[in-house]
Amino acid sequence: MELNKLDVISTFIYNIVLYNIPLLYGTVGEIVVEKSGSLNLGVEGIMAVGAIFGYVIGCYTNSLLVGILTAFAMGALMGLLFAALTVSLQANQNITGLTLTTFGLGVYFFVGNAIKSVGWPTMSNYSNIKNGFADLHIPLLSDIPIIGKGLFSHNILVYLGIAIAVCMWCYLKHTTPGLRLRAVGENPGSADSVGINIKRYKYLHIMLGCGIMGIGGYYMGLNMSGSFNSACWINGYGWIAVALVIFANWSPALAILGTFVFGFFNTLRVSGSSLAIAFPEALGWLAKVPTQLYQALPFIITALVLFFSSISKRKNSGLPAALGLNYFREER
Amino acid sequence: MKKFLALVMALAMTLSLAACGGSDAPASSGSGESVVAADLKVGAIYINSKNDTAGYTFAHHSGIVGGMEDLGLDPATQLFIVDEVPEDEQQVLAAVDTLVAQDVDIIFGISFGYIDAMEKAAAAYPEVIFSHGTGYKSNETNFNNYFGRAYQARYLAGIAAGLKSLEIGNNNVGYVAAYTTAYAETASGINGFALGVQAANPNAKVYVKNLGAWADEVNEKAYAEELINTFGCGVISQHCDSAQPQIAAQNAGVFGCGYNSDMTADAPQAHLTAAIWNWNVYYATAMQAAIDCEGDASQFVTKMGGPAYYGGLKEGFVDASPLTANCAANTDKAIEAAKKLMVDGEWDVFSGVKLTVAADGTITQADADLVDNAGNVIVAAGGPSVEDGVITGTMNYLVAGVEEV
Repeated sequence: MELNKLDVISTFIYNIVLYNIPLLYGTVGEIVVEKSGSLNLGVEGIMAVGAIFGYVIGCYTNSLLVGILTAFAMGALMGLLFAALTVSLQANQNITGLTLTTFGLGVYFFVGNAIKSVGWPTMSNYSNIKNGFADLHIPLLSDIPIIGKGLFSHNILVYLGIAIAVCMWCYLKHTTPGLRLRAVGENPGSADSVGINIKRYKYLHIMLGCGIMGIGGYYMGLNMSGSFNSACWINGYGWIAVALVIFANWSPALAILGTFVFGFFNTLRVSGSSLAIAFPEALGWLAKVPTQLYQALPFIITALVLFFSSISKRKNSGLPAALGLNYFREER
Repeated sequence: MKKFLALVMALAMTLSLAACGGSDAPASSGSGESVVAADLKVGAIYINSKNDTAGYTFAHHSGIVGGMEDLGLDPATQLFIVDEVPEDEQQVLAAVDTLVAQDVDIIFGISFGYIDAMEKAAAAYPEVIFSHGTGYKSNETNFNNYFGRAYQARYLAGIAAGLKSLEIGNNNVGYVAAYTTAYAETASGINGFALGVQAANPNAKVYVKNLGAWADEVNEKAYAEELINTFGCGVISQHCDSAQPQIAAQNAGVFGCGYNSDMTADAPQAHLTAAIWNWNVYYATAMQAAIDCEGDASQFVTKMGGPAYYGGLKEGFVDASPLTANCAANTDKAIEAAKKLMVDGEWDVFSGVKLTVAADGTITQADADLVDNAGNVIVAAGGPSVEDGVITGTMNYLVAGVEEV
């Protein structure tokens, strides 16, 4: 079959963006959390909680905005739980994060099945949600051949995700509270000694970061057209986000790049054979790659990223020095 | 001497205990009580949660509960479940032990990978009936396997898809497959569907994308979109758990045929018909056979009429779900006619006779080679249907007109 070469490439780029933006939300959220010195492994569960509440309440009110705000609020509430356990009660961060994953997925299925038993809201019946998540064609830019469709005709949550990433990058890098936050993550003792309220900084930023993850979960739900089944919408993206934080070297701006690099390999599985058929000479070999390798590719990349980032002793590593360590004032 | 005396006394006590035990035994096992319907205890081992609201385990759980209700059994008191059992021999055997300890009469294991554990358990517990879904092992007494002729239902769905492709003037049909030629189950499903499509639209091509997983919701959607957007498919069929391909079809304004359950509610503007399973048909049959065994598990395979149950349209085990208004004209007539041929046993899908659906829905038969997509003749024109063992076990080719992309 003859395929239109330009269409194949633009669809490939389009899919890289469409399917992988939830990773950006998860990664940026986790970066904000980790910059406060807290390692939160509960991304998967937090995204799931944001997704289920955002979707259901967004549909009930037939408002995308309410859905986004609900997803953010529920994510932030999960963050509050994490902060209360690890900041105030000094619980182990790794264990607490894993607990939040289990808890969040449990809440997802509990709430989802309960709603399903009384009547599941079908996305196509809620015009504002359906149209709100539809592609927006940015004038002029979306008319550019190949990349126009790929980059400039997406739903509003794609642009919101990019905007949040850029804002968080500015916030961390160029504002006083951002500087203080980084100080808290690097050396809470010193930050405390200059009068920064450690607890307040940690609480606020854990909640902010988790709220961002919640929106990413909501995105996943909308992209799956809100079809509630035996598998969770988040589908392991939360875990990949945790790895992407390292890939992005704790920079929200690099997270955008990381998301698309990662998305490239993620999407090869879907578009590989189309590329092979459209460009038989250059890319014909893609069709011979077994599906299993495509499936494993994102995880192989993750492993490689972890491997290389751990052997490279970069001077300007973004890793917060106090990451994972609870701060107990009396032990200062 | 004292020691010797003690030893003798201990020995006497032990022997008397053993004697007591021995005299007790016939009282319980020798009563030969018959299992009447009200006493039948049913055990089930599930791969996923019994609380699922969609998917494979849900389909089987609904079938077992439905089959029990058909027979007037009470699932609340007579059904014992061990769920979320992975395909690991030790864990399956542990689940069997749990169920046997609860005195169940028959155990259904629904997942393919339980096969070796079920075989061992059937040998270890000859007094219990073991029935394994989708497998191929069995014995001559208390262990059978069961599966259905899904390809027959898919052929009917294929007719609906083929007629729709003629109506919309698009010969490209898409198929999101869990696997392709790796399993006979998936290959026979693709082939059955494609032959149904070709019966209605001889110029149609079926493009298949191989998911490489039984369930992967995100990619089920992405694959369907790829088939629609890049390969220009106007009808999308599927062999995967979720309704994502149907939803993708609806979002793109094209049409689709679901699988496993009627997916009309998920995509009301796109869905034509789905190839569906009525698992309760088998479960009711098997439980009735278990009741008829009257406590003698070794009679089970005899009562079932053989070690492998392979029901199809005739038994009502598989079917095409009710046609929606999206279907092309005369789809109902064509499907009814093709179904009748299979129910009556006059014709089957993988044979040397090809059906042709005319625009008015009538069907004509003509001898034609059954050819795979590499050009090999599978069945010569006029030849008999391929054997069941091939359809369930060794079918590893796709028929002509199917292209894996």
